[in-house]
Amino acid sequence: MARLKNIEELKKLRDEAQKDLMVRTQTGTRIIIGMGTCGIAAGAREVMHAVLHELELRKIEAHVETVGCVGMCAQEPLVDIEQAGKSRVRYANITPDHVSRLIEEHLIKGHVIQEWAIGRLDARRIQ
Amino acid sequence: MLELSLHILDVIENAVEAGASRIRLQIDENLESDLLTIEIVDNGRGMSGEVMKKALDPFYTSRVTRHVGLGLPLFLEAARRCDGGLSIQSEPGRGARVQATFRHSHIDRAPLGNVPSALLAILLSERAVDIEYNHRVGDRSFHFDTREIREELGEVPLTYPTIRDWLLQELREGEASLREPSIH
Repeated sequence: MARLKNIEELKKLRDEAQKDLMVRTQTGTRIIIGMGTCGIAAGAREVMHAVLHELELRKIEAHVETVGCVGMCAQEPLVDIEQAGKSRVRYANITPDHVSRLIEEHLIKGHVIQEWAIGRLDARRIQ
Repeated sequence: MLELSLHILDVIENAVEAGASRIRLQIDENLESDLLTIEIVDNGRGMSGEVMKKALDPFYTSRVTRHVGLGLPLFLEAARRCDGGLSIQSEPGRGARVQATFRHSHIDRAPLGNVPSALLAILLSERAVDIEYNHRVGDRSFHFDTREIREELGEVPLTYPTIRDWLLQELREGEASLREPSIH
């Protein structure tokens, strides 16, 4: 019974999602977390959870994605934040304790946290 | 790694990096024979016999295929210290199968840990993959397949915020149902 109830809920979420999907994929925010062996061993999964929790708490709708090793293993967990129209900023050695300030300053206030940021990447080209 | 679910996440991440589009995870907890079996099968690009041998060597990594690294040697060690082992079967172009076994009650056996969270990390992968997950504990089982979920979702991606929350909830409820005390 629980499964059926969940599927009904899934359909409802799908219908809601379809309505604003176009808007979101064009203008959305992406938060990208390194999830290679190095990231996992450094606690990236817990960072991912902290990010999801913080977004839920502040009612921010952003895409959260995971990627494999990018070759900067010593600086994991790595978290990239990309907002439409801005360059992608990479933060290094992020722990769950950092996440609240990261979301607050970068996403809400729009400041790059200089002491944690290690680089800026070109914004993803519009597909 | 303190949880077996992190090893699982790592092996699946390898499969994603190896170009797999479909990954099957089977966790079987046979309490009667005191055996825990974890099996991960993918349809990625696979490995030659030579690479497979090296895959268990911690000092070998292949930046080209990215199918190996420290991950498998760590998983092998985790299994070995619990009277178990790890085997890999693979052929180039034909995916890979990784199977790890543990004595379920072994004092050194790490807990499975947070499997829903590990799977979510894969479901949020920037490369879309399908995951079939079956977890059996004694006579109870939980089945989860993103293909069935995608059928319901149409073009809405699994990474969509409300869907992502639903997926985690679904996985958590499924896992919890395996451990609930029986009604009888």
